[in-house]
Amino acid sequence: MSLIADDTLYQVLSPTGEVVGSVPAIAPAGHLNLYRWMVFGRVFSDRMTALQRQGRMGTFAEVKGQEAACVGLAARLTEEDWLMGSYRESLAYMVKGVPLAAQLKHWGGYIPDNYPFEARCLPFQIVLATQVLHAVGIAHAIKYKGEPHVAVVGIGDGATSEGDFNEALNAAAVFELPVIFVVQNNGWAISVPRHAQTRVDSFVRRAAGFAVPGLRVDGNDILAMIGAMDTALDRARSGGGPTLIEAETYRMGAHTTADDPTRYRPPEDLELWGRRDPIIRYRKFLMDRQLLTDLEDEQLQDDVTAEFEAAVAEFEALPPQDVAQHFDLILGNPPPQLARQKAQILNEQ
Amino acid sequence: MPKLTMAQAINNALAVELEHDSRVLVFGEDVGKNGGVFRVTEGLQERFGEKRVFDTPLAESSIVGSAVGMAINGLRPIAEIQFLPFALVSFNQTVTQAARMRYRSGGVYTVPMVIRTPFGGGVRPPEMHSDSFEAMFAHAQGLKVVAPSNPYDAKGLLHAAVDDPDPVLFLEHMKLYRSLRQEVPAERYTVPLGRAATVRPGRDVSVFAYGAMVQLALDAAAQVEKESGISAEVVDLRTLAPLDEAAIAASVDKTGRAVVVHEAPRAGGLAAEVIAVINEHSLYSLLAPVERVTSPDTAFPVPKLEDIILPNVARVKAAIRRTLEE
Ligand SMILES: Cc1ncc(C[n+]2csc(CCOP(=O)(O)OP(=O)(O)O)c2C)c(N)n1
Ligand SMILES: [Mg+2]
Repeated sequence: MSLIADDTLYQVLSPTGEVVGSVPAIAPAGHLNLYRWMVFGRVFSDRMTALQRQGRMGTFAEVKGQEAACVGLAARLTEEDWLMGSYRESLAYMVKGVPLAAQLKHWGGYIPDNYPFEARCLPFQIVLATQVLHAVGIAHAIKYKGEPHVAVVGIGDGATSEGDFNEALNAAAVFELPVIFVVQNNGWAISVPRHAQTRVDSFVRRAAGFAVPGLRVDGNDILAMIGAMDTALDRARSGGGPTLIEAETYRMGAHTTADDPTRYRPPEDLELWGRRDPIIRYRKFLMDRQLLTDLEDEQLQDDVTAEFEAAVAEFEALPPQDVAQHFDLILGNPPPQLARQKAQILNEQ
Repeated sequence: MPKLTMAQAINNALAVELEHDSRVLVFGEDVGKNGGVFRVTEGLQERFGEKRVFDTPLAESSIVGSAVGMAINGLRPIAEIQFLPFALVSFNQTVTQAARMRYRSGGVYTVPMVIRTPFGGGVRPPEMHSDSFEAMFAHAQGLKVVAPSNPYDAKGLLHAAVDDPDPVLFLEHMKLYRSLRQEVPAERYTVPLGRAATVRPGRDVSVFAYGAMVQLALDAAAQVEKESGISAEVVDLRTLAPLDEAAIAASVDKTGRAVVVHEAPRAGGLAAEVIAVINEHSLYSLLAPVERVTSPDTAFPVPKLEDIILPNVARVKAAIRRTLEE
């Protein structure tokens, strides 16, 4: 690929659901699986927000509006591929194999000890952009071991201003690593708009400055996300090195349940992006192709809601956070002074 | 047995690691062809190849952050930061990431890695090359901090650091790289982390030190013995985090007096922690207030001030004598 940045927006489905590009090869069951995850993501986001309002959940970061980008960046990965991201990639994590129970524990204020190793997802990142360098190191190890796997890392538009993001692009290019950077450009970093973050008009151009090929993708178009990921994954698996994918999307909700976006967001934005909703667009495509009926769609909504509620019931029946774990997880071989501090706290219980 | 400098002993330890474990990678700025600015990695790239020993871009956060990923994905990275002050550029990756991954992942992902870096003063480097920021790292939870005082310990501690299941910051005092030689076995051996060593037994006062300050403490102890018959015990802390509290307490319980020496500035330095440990375990053994010999709470001295500002034998001797005043 030429390193001259091409910022043409890659699209397969127009916002109204017409096919405007070539549809990647996906079996009918595959389409329904993608759709199911997107619908699940919307239910997850809305229900987690509601639970937080009821005092039953900790601070939560919404996924609403970004379902296609999140599902698309994770759907084509194998078990041996790695994925890391921030709190905004929670849905992508579940697609990759992190159980909903682990997300509930993490957001619910427990030590997130139930991310299975096989999911190969690092606990979602809080210190933004650090995860991008972890992906580079994981990819370095993949290359060193001669494995055909890939490290994928999600990051927000705001966090691209961090040094770690830029250092990571540079190192990935220098060592020609099998890593894919997915910038979920959702328009905002809390209250700071995208244009106040950088003067470069697309993140693909930023990548070109590091000699990393980039693809600018309609992040609300699940089929474009899948197509772009396929291109990047092929390149990485065949020794072609890193790719940056800019997924242009929009955060339809608040930054987190602690945020009030009416303080800074023009209301007409929501109207504009509401018309670009990723779920509505894909549903039209599936119905046009007779892959989904209204009845099946309604059933799906009920199914994923029931799945979510069942997991919440299990979460709410969890025993209190084990206090001993707080002491046992900091070092593999804790020193005697920590054992004394542990005994002291436990004796007070 | 060959007599090696500390630089040679560490080089030897790295070679042994690269030889016996294919998961070990050695990397950093100028560590390849150049063999490191202190020649500690000399000859390693030639011997083990560019996949095992390599130069990175000049970016410390990148060095440590990618080492975190390598460790998570099954490797045993040994990263070099060229000078300790530049480890502050990678402080975040070290403290919030390397040191926290085990906890944050409920023990599913661990970060067995070593960050080696030169530290300490007395060799007249340009400014900002010798600042002693070790206490900042020792305060991080989930990170071990090691500072050997001699070639034998340096090799054994480095092997133990590679074996350790968690990240270890390995501090190599610049003044010690070539100032003394010691017999160092060619084979792999470990010196345990978290254990101090009594390098000179004594009855009257305990002197706690680490890195190059151990030699200073030994010189002071020998002189006060000769001049005044004072029997000073010298304890080399070796591991700064976690501290060997039992060894500190045992020594003070025996002598009843203590002096703590470090090159770093005083406030919030490791001496404060050692004294707190003495308070907690051995307060009633104390016969005199504990003394600190440190740099003052100002910038690390420029070369023209090193001899005036940094701890010296005379100051350690004076502190020892003060603990013995009636
Ligand atoms: C290193 C760091 N700085 C600041 C913050 C506080 N913070 C949390 S989210 C956020 C905005 C992130 O925006 P962006 O990267 O676009 O991701 P988004 O939330 O939009 O997905 C900020 C400033 C943080 N978590 N980490
Ligand atoms: Mg954003």
